[in-house]
This record gives sequence, structure tokens and C-alpha cells, in this order.
Amino acid sequence: MSTLVIAEHDNVNLKPATLNTVAAANVIGGAVHILVAGNACQSVADEAAAVDGVEKVILADDSAYENQLAESTANLIQSISANYSHILAPATTFGKNVLPRLSALLDVQQISEITEVVSDDTFKRPIYAGSCIATVKSSDSIKVITVRATAFDPVNASGGSASVESISADGVSDLSTFVNEEIAQSDRPELTAASIVISGGRGMQSGDNFHLLETIADKLGAAVGASRAAVDAGFVPNDYQVGQTGKIVAPDLYIAVGISGAIQHLAGMKDSKVIVAINKDEDAPIFQVADYGLVADLFNALPELAEQL
Amino acid sequence: MKIVVPIKRVVDYNVKVRPLGDQSDVDLNNVKMAMNPFCEIAIEEAVRLKEAGTATEVIAVTVGKSDSQEQLRTALALGADRAILVETDSLLEPLAIAKALAKVIEAESPQLVILGKQAIDGDNNQTGQMLAALLSYGQATFASEISIDGDSASVTREIDGGLQTIKVSLPAIITTDLRLNEPRYASLPNIMKAKKKELDIQPIDAMGIDTAPRIELLSVELPPARQEGIKVESVEELVSKLKNEAKVIS
Repeated sequence: MSTLVIAEHDNVNLKPATLNTVAAANVIGGAVHILVAGNACQSVADEAAAVDGVEKVILADDSAYENQLAESTANLIQSISANYSHILAPATTFGKNVLPRLSALLDVQQISEITEVVSDDTFKRPIYAGSCIATVKSSDSIKVITVRATAFDPVNASGGSASVESISADGVSDLSTFVNEEIAQSDRPELTAASIVISGGRGMQSGDNFHLLETIADKLGAAVGASRAAVDAGFVPNDYQVGQTGKIVAPDLYIAVGISGAIQHLAGMKDSKVIVAINKDEDAPIFQVADYGLVADLFNALPELAEQL
Repeated sequence: MKIVVPIKRVVDYNVKVRPLGDQSDVDLNNVKMAMNPFCEIAIEEAVRLKEAGTATEVIAVTVGKSDSQEQLRTALALGADRAILVETDSLLEPLAIAKALAKVIEAESPQLVILGKQAIDGDNNQTGQMLAALLSYGQATFASEISIDGDSASVTREIDGGLQTIKVSLPAIITTDLRLNEPRYASLPNIMKAKKKELDIQPIDAMGIDTAPRIELLSVELPPARQEGIKVESVEELVSKLKNEAKVIS
């Protein structure tokens, strides 16, 4: 039994979700290998080789993998899949894009967003926006799995000394080509990696009012998020979205401001350690999951909070 | 240009789903059903492409039980020209659904297939990508903007850090994200008209595909409940609790 973990990276650094995925692989047991598919990405392979508990890094360094588009990446993974009993990727937009394609190429029914490894063929995963947790057992010979990063503590990024084996590009596809990317630049921590997140909902009333949250975020070293309602209303871009169809976060502290607490939003944050809700509606469902609830007008409460921090 | 839009009948997004008493599955007795929200976005995008003169025909397809006809009629009321139900009494996994859809698409040979990125029941986010693999089509998932340019489509995708634009050769699979469009409501005259549109029913058994389940559902349970919290009276009290009790800020 051995597991292949697909590294998430930007050709320079290994992304932290890879470490949580290796943690899930360790629970499954057996040898853990990491595939780094990218372009001019030796530094990522070196980082992956230092990850605690990894036996081997497979490096496919080729311009075809510069942007890790689904078609070529899935074909590459398929070409080395016979060596593995499990293939894991983080349930990020990268993993969600590539792994189901691989899964169909292998004629395997993927298991999405596992939150617990029960045994090498049995896993827990949330369904219906996390209203229920399903325990599922796979009969496929290769298990193709995406991993919810927040459900597994990351392994150490150092302490390992894996060998690095280079492989050539295989099955390169031109069905899709990269045009450009607009990656939001921010001095604040990344939403899924932040230890404190402050999110705004429809109650914020406008995108401009998000500066009230940003002021507090900067004092706390927090990331800024939003509910789907705030994204729908055009207050903030979609990459702020926390919830069933957005990002899943589980910080030490989550502050929900002007968010009613629809199940779709709770799905993305209810595993946070401490939850604070600020809402003027005392019956808002968000208070049912909040450790500390403050019934107040956010336009009064936020400036006051900023002052006291 | 012909567009196929696969859709899914799911539990309405307002329903809070609970496990059955014996925890063998979720309790779907007497719950309200609806079209998956991301599928509505897919139908809307296809209909807009038709209204813009880019597409000539929009075909809604679903794989499911006979009662899925209700959601196909909704798709027809929203502007699809005709509909196909691949009928099965079994609850199929995404791979089996993708195989059935691939058969329909091979027969229809559309230039574009648009579907929701995820159904809000199983939250799998798989069918579109699987379908693309089975058909050897290119894929553009999580789309927030689509423009058709001859024999390719330029698609802006919602990715974790921001936006990515790719070009994908047609025919291709596109899956929809939230901000692609705001779906319209069906008007009463269009609901009436939809009743007369063609809805073809094809039994899945005639397709010759392997739909045997690969996953066994062992149990369904509620997630662990959070301990009940408290209400604080003031910002001052909140800050003090966070510092001294929860110790999450300093």
C-alpha cells in the first residue's frame, strides 16, 4: 500500500494544504510519495523532500505543467497511478479541478473532501453543506480522494529527507491553454491559512463598508472573508467567500459580522475554535453556533472594537 | 451552435437535511425538491448565449428518476428548447451519471456543455470534470465569465487566490460558479409553453454502461454539536472574554 499526494504549489513554494494532505495520507498508512508537477519548480521539489514522513518526491518539471491545467496534469498522474493504492490532493480549486478528471480516466469513483480516515478504504465526509456526515466505503482498487485541509493537522514541513526522482512529461494536452491570472495581492494572511478570520455579510450594506473589517483585520493580523450573500450583492470578490460553495476555514477565532448564519455559510466556518457573532438581529441563526454573541448595530460595534484592540 | 446543459434534481437549498433514525441514510421523506442552484446558472448562461445569437439550440438533460421531469420542465420554462431524461430508479454516483451523460452527448454532438460546478446534495464537485475526461474534451471549471470565439471559448475561472483565464477548444465542458450570472425566474406564459416542449425519456438500461455502485454508504450522522455560547452585553465585555477566557487575542 502506498499513497501519492499531489502537491499544490506556485512553481516557487509548496502550498500549506499539501502538508494537511500528507497528514491524511499518514493516517491511511504505507509509504507516501509527493508528485510535484510544474515548470522550473526544483525549489518546490526540495521543499517537498524536506516534508516529514515523505519517502519519495516525483518531479515532473516541464513547461507543459507551468499552470497545472487539468488535462495535462490528470494525464500525467494517470501515467504513474499503477504504483499506488491511494491518490490524494487537497480539496482546493486546484485539487477539485484535476482529481475528478483523473478519477474518470481511471474508472474510479472519487471520494471528495474527506474529513476523517476511518480505515484504508473507509472515510468520513460532509454532505448537504455539512448538515450530515456520511461514512463511505470504497470498493475501487485505487482510491482517488480530495482532502479537506482544515480537518487534518499539517505534518512538519521539515525533518524529512526524501529522494527526488525526475520523470518526463507524459500525455501533454493542448485542449486548454493558459491566458492570464489575476491573483489578489494582499498583506493580510491567506483566508484558509489565517489563525483569525473576520467576515462580513449582507449586513455590511456595501463593499466600501468592508474597510471597517479591514481596520480590525490589520490590528489582529486576520484575513477578511465574506458570506455568499455579500459576494452575491457584489460587495467583495468571490475569493472572499466562506461557505459550502466557497472556502472552508477553521481558524482559532472567527468573527462573523452582519452575517445571518445560513447553513451554507456555517458549512464553511463552524469548525472554527472560537466563533464571535455581531448582528443586530438577536434571532439570527449565527448566534446558535457562536461562543460569544453581541447583539448590536455593527456600524457602532466595529469602530468601538477597532479602538479597543 | 448546440449547447447541452445537464441538470440535477436536489433537495431545496432551504431544507435542513437530517439523518434517518437508524442513521442508514439522510431523511428525504416529504422534503421539497428543486433544481440545483448551480444548474440554474448553467441553464441561464446557455439561454443567454442563444439570445445573443451565439447558440441555436439548448438541450437540458438529467439522469434520474421519473420525477426529475419536473426540473426538466423548469429548464424548458427558463428557455431550453427540449429536454432529455435518462431514466433510472437507482441513485447513481457521479461517475455513472457522467457515463450516461457522455452517451447523450455523443449522440447529440453539441459544441458546448455547461453544467453546475457542484450539486448541493452530495457536494461532490465531480460530474463535469469526469464528463470531460470520458469525452476527451477540454474543461473549464468554476466559470465566472464565458466568451465564445469561433472554435474556442475563453473562460475566466474562480480560483483560490483570484481569477484565472484559460482558452479551451470546442467542444468543451464548462462548469458554472456563483458569479457567472443571475438566473431569471420562469414567467407564467413560459411555464405554460414549456408543457408543450419535447421531453424525451431514454431508459438507462439501453445505454450499455456500467453503473454499479463503487461506494457503500455505511452511515449518516449529525456533525458534533457545538457547545452553547453566551451573549455579551458590550464590545468591552467581548474583548475581555476573547483576551482572558478564550485567550485567542492578546
